[in-house]
Amino acid sequence: MAQTLSEQILSRAAGRTVCAGEVASVAVDLVMMHDSLSPSIIKIMEQELGAERVWDPERVAVVIDHVAPAATVQTAEKQNEVRRWVQRQGIRHFYDVGRGISHPVLVEEGVAQPGMVIVGSDSHSTAYGCVGAFGSGMGSTDIALAAATGRTWFRIPETVLVRATGRFRPGVSAKDLALRAARELRADGATYAAVEWHGVEFLTVMERMTLATFSIEVGAKAGIVPPVFQDVGGGMQAARRPQNPVPASWLPVVQEGASYSRIVEVNLDTLDPQVSAPSVVDNVFDLSDLGRVAVDVVYLGTCTNGHYEDLAAAARILSGKHVAPGVRLMVVPASRDAMLRASEDGTLSTLIAAGAALGTPGCGACIGRHMGVLGPNETCLFTGNRNFRGRMGSPEANIYLASAEVAAATALTGFITHPQDVL
Amino acid sequence: MSRVWIFGQDINTDQIVPGRFAPIMLKNEDDLRKYPFVEHRPEFAGTVQPGDIIVAGNNFGCGSSREYAPLALKMVGVGAIIAPLFARIFFRNALNLGIPCFTADLTSQLRDGQEVELVLEDGVIITESGEKIALPPPPVFLREVWAAGGIVPFYRQHGRFPGEAPR
Repeated sequence: MAQTLSEQILSRAAGRTVCAGEVASVAVDLVMMHDSLSPSIIKIMEQELGAERVWDPERVAVVIDHVAPAATVQTAEKQNEVRRWVQRQGIRHFYDVGRGISHPVLVEEGVAQPGMVIVGSDSHSTAYGCVGAFGSGMGSTDIALAAATGRTWFRIPETVLVRATGRFRPGVSAKDLALRAARELRADGATYAAVEWHGVEFLTVMERMTLATFSIEVGAKAGIVPPVFQDVGGGMQAARRPQNPVPASWLPVVQEGASYSRIVEVNLDTLDPQVSAPSVVDNVFDLSDLGRVAVDVVYLGTCTNGHYEDLAAAARILSGKHVAPGVRLMVVPASRDAMLRASEDGTLSTLIAAGAALGTPGCGACIGRHMGVLGPNETCLFTGNRNFRGRMGSPEANIYLASAEVAAATALTGFITHPQDVL
Repeated sequence: MSRVWIFGQDINTDQIVPGRFAPIMLKNEDDLRKYPFVEHRPEFAGTVQPGDIIVAGNNFGCGSSREYAPLALKMVGVGAIIAPLFARIFFRNALNLGIPCFTADLTSQLRDGQEVELVLEDGVIITESGEKIALPPPPVFLREVWAAGGIVPFYRQHGRFPGEAPR
């Protein structure tokens, strides 16, 4: 019987054929934990499970990205505890302050690979679907159990198919597709399900990550783009890659006749820039229908849209120009690799010359803890994926979500602007 | 008796506990009990009593994976959460912590501040007029995890995860 990508991956991990709706215990190929929840994960492992060691130090990755660098004495102390634990465990895949956000980092390092089951302590762990892995976010207890045993359980998800046709018009990109899908599906439209994104093979791996990370915002357990093997990783990273437990000869593929619980069609040829207005992610409008919205802050970053592609798209719009008076433009690259590439080809200097303030690669102000939190009554155009009240600081701040292209155009004018209007 | 706390739909984890009040940001982790709904509903943390019930609209707990959101609710003694749909990470976290969650829409049947009796073992809410509202029983594997007191005690007792044949 034809299977969805999730059914194929989870059948391999369960060691038997599994179908949507059943509950199965599966082997995990990789466990990711980050600084924000690692202290509680370690505590649960040691104190509740009595587990002194992780099940396989090669299959646990630890990333300091949520409060990086440390913002307070407390966070500095907790991060040092995590560093000591990582050393005791002999965990090699440890990425410290400045390396970037866990999701792009594990893809760049080749640690996250197609066909894997990856569970992470960050809800945006759906991101690993950008390489055709089944990535899923979980809380501290589930991650502690997975790290200690190498296993977890899932209800095998139904799959919602988002099928794109055509090509983006200038100034429109993956974020607009993601927001358009959220507009159709609503914030709970894929709860307990997986999302498959078809018709996007022309996107780079990091552009696919925009879609995969956004899958959690419609409630999904995983968000997977069918893998294309040659797209994964670069030559530079190949030597650092760990052995993939998934045989290279095996890749999940789209099977004719696989069952989808819902199909959403999006025609990219006619897609306009999309904007999610406060304070729920599915409150999405065509930018042209939004009216005039003045902003105080433009924030370009996050695992959704802080990639090299996003920095470059913003630089093309900002080149030789300067942000509007009274607007702060924050640029926080998603990873060191993205920042390095942007520094090598002049993208960064273009952004800085245009007035951008540059932050350390990492999650930045996305969780409202540091590096540019918002004050009361401020309005922010944000390239991240959550506009919840209080998300980036004050609960009286307003957050609008959009692409890097819209962010750059908005920084130039001071109000939410269509990229075509400034090119 | 349990007080009913009515919440709307799409209550996200930033509303339950903003990231700024994560345990890693606090000098004393026990202070987490001060922060459930600190901005969304500031009177909650100081007024809620052990056994009180959260009755919410669709998609309760959407957003972040932060287990400290349900943990904060557990610390103040929330006795059950009832919503027509739970976001999946929140639901797993609540299950793992042993907070009973029932899938039902009672936001129009119950009112905020109402005192009711929750009989967990029967899955029934009894209102002050004696009306009984049956809560739909969760799937068997979830009841087994609850009965054990959460996923860690379940795993320690059974040596396996849900969905795995007993050894």
